[in-house]
Amino acid sequence: MRHNFGSFVKKESLHILRDKRTMLVVMLIPVVLMVLFGFAISTEVNNVNVAVVAPERTDGVSDAVERLAHNDYFTFCGYIDESEIDKELRTGEVGAVVVFATDYDRRVAQMAEGVPTAPLIQLIVDASNINTASSATTYMQGVLLGTQSQQAMFETRMMFNPQMRSAYNFVPGIMGLIFILVCAMMTSVSIVREKEMGTMEVLLVSPVRPVKIIFAKMIPYFAISCVVLVSILLLARYLLGVPMSGGVWGIFSLSLLYLMLSLALGLLVSTIAKTQMAALLISAMVMMMPILMLSGMLFPIENLPIFFQWVSNIVPARWYIDAVRKMMIQGLPMMAVWKNCAILLGMTVVIMGVSLKKFNDKLE
Amino acid sequence: MNAIEIHNLSKSYGKHKALDDISFDVRQGELFGLIGPDGAGKTTLFRLLTTLLRPSAGSATVDGHDIVKEYRAIRSCVGYMPGRFSLYGDLSVEENLNFFAAMFGVTVAESYDLIAPIYSQIEPFRKRRAGKLSGGMKQKLALSCALIHRPKVLLLDEPTTGVDAVSRSEFWDMLAGLKEHGITILVSTPYMDEASRCERIALCNEGRILGIDTPTNIVKAFDKRLYGVSARNMYSLLDRMRHTKGVVDCYPFGERHHMVVDEECDIEHLKMECTDIESFNIVSAEPTIEDMFIKLMKR
Repeated sequence: MRHNFGSFVKKESLHILRDKRTMLVVMLIPVVLMVLFGFAISTEVNNVNVAVVAPERTDGVSDAVERLAHNDYFTFCGYIDESEIDKELRTGEVGAVVVFATDYDRRVAQMAEGVPTAPLIQLIVDASNINTASSATTYMQGVLLGTQSQQAMFETRMMFNPQMRSAYNFVPGIMGLIFILVCAMMTSVSIVREKEMGTMEVLLVSPVRPVKIIFAKMIPYFAISCVVLVSILLLARYLLGVPMSGGVWGIFSLSLLYLMLSLALGLLVSTIAKTQMAALLISAMVMMMPILMLSGMLFPIENLPIFFQWVSNIVPARWYIDAVRKMMIQGLPMMAVWKNCAILLGMTVVIMGVSLKKFNDKLE
Repeated sequence: MNAIEIHNLSKSYGKHKALDDISFDVRQGELFGLIGPDGAGKTTLFRLLTTLLRPSAGSATVDGHDIVKEYRAIRSCVGYMPGRFSLYGDLSVEENLNFFAAMFGVTVAESYDLIAPIYSQIEPFRKRRAGKLSGGMKQKLALSCALIHRPKVLLLDEPTTGVDAVSRSEFWDMLAGLKEHGITILVSTPYMDEASRCERIALCNEGRILGIDTPTNIVKAFDKRLYGVSARNMYSLLDRMRHTKGVVDCYPFGERHHMVVDEECDIEHLKMECTDIESFNIVSAEPTIEDMFIKLMKR
């Protein structure tokens, strides 16, 4: 009875197409998130206001200040007196203050001769936002040391993301989040809706096997997710300029695997939840929180307490996001992330198996 | 072989017994009514027969198939209409019907002769979303969908609840029409007045069956005299009558109270006693199924 499978898929698609509002939300969320994370929310050092304290405005000092002022990431706010430092930082007028030593030029000359010398520049930074503070400090050191670079003991090069653009970092994270939202949440809600509306009762009292009902439900959501996937990839490439150097097909195939996993998760939720509201809450709370916190999307996994590092192993998004980062930014081929693929595949099979087993063709 | 055979069937939810040791048969091609108030266990019985629930004890067969072992077979041969509207409100009338046809692997054309008397009434609205139909039309669509695969047994759980009086009456005419096709119908209703439309009925309450017979025989079995009484103050009348000698029972029944009296009770004497009641009126009344139900329930 193949013809009835087609009509199941058609029926599900009609449900989705006729619910215009949900459709719009699903299509817009990824775009909004991409723009939001890509442009608005960033951990990059941007527009840090810098004031300078220089007892003697020698040529050396002017040079350094010039370099700072010409840098896009810093805004030079002028010279202030030592007594004003505290006030300026407190009021938030400036984010950092650079204090030059009195005999800056002489010490620079001394250093050039290889004579050890006391610090010649003091950086006072508003660390109320630690992310900005630490990256501003590092970056400012680089800028100020400019001419002395020959003396620097380390030469640092940022590979793959030289400008440290946060969009690169967030795109894989958003992908990890969005597909769970679209697939898991929407499939679980649509299955539970049938239970709530009583139509499941009628579906079950028919010769159609429950497995068929479920797979027919998944197909339209899978199709929508593919559209979302393509739009995310296009936005990432052309709006945010993410390199995708590892080849887009690898990312695409991996994402398809992740989509299946999300659908399986949605099915699992639907076997647990009794109402649409419960399905929404489980998908939103129980699944989103670990993705945000434990997947490496926002916080590096290495920074988590050991316990949460263990927990993060069972968060599928962790493996997906890690693999996408490698392929999208480092430009590795799909072969290089085979371990992640295997883990995701394993998880998909297990979740799908458990939920199909749990899916009941009775009402109790 | 009977279309439905139920032997000592019980279903408990935890400690609560929704169905308590029920046994009855529904004959081939019969229109059988399950009459009882909310909570009588009607829906539970339907869910057991449609194999959506497993019995706690006892057994039953539908069209010869066991409800536990051969539940797949039952699911293809019954037509089921659950208590509430269970179609897709966001799909049109036509789309709903086509979907149900496809689900059972048939086409609408194949079964059109069977559903025509019902479906033709809503066909002019076939492009309309099912959610936008009136109550009576929704019910006709649901019945068409339940019949689309020419089921041998039709199970209808409170199909007329929440439907206007005219549509209810029409609905029973449609069920009577289906008898010609030899379809066995088990239908439940909380409305006692609908019982007379069935060939046989089972009165049920709190998970038990109080009596099974044809509607006429059930009424005949009412062996006591029955009167309708009324007065200006109906409430105090109820209290007064219940405390009068010779009155077995008195209960509100439409615009009058029904009063059941025993053999010794002399009505003329009772009338004399009641002259002090303002606008007192007493007439002889014909027992109905509801009177029988109340009698059986209080036993």
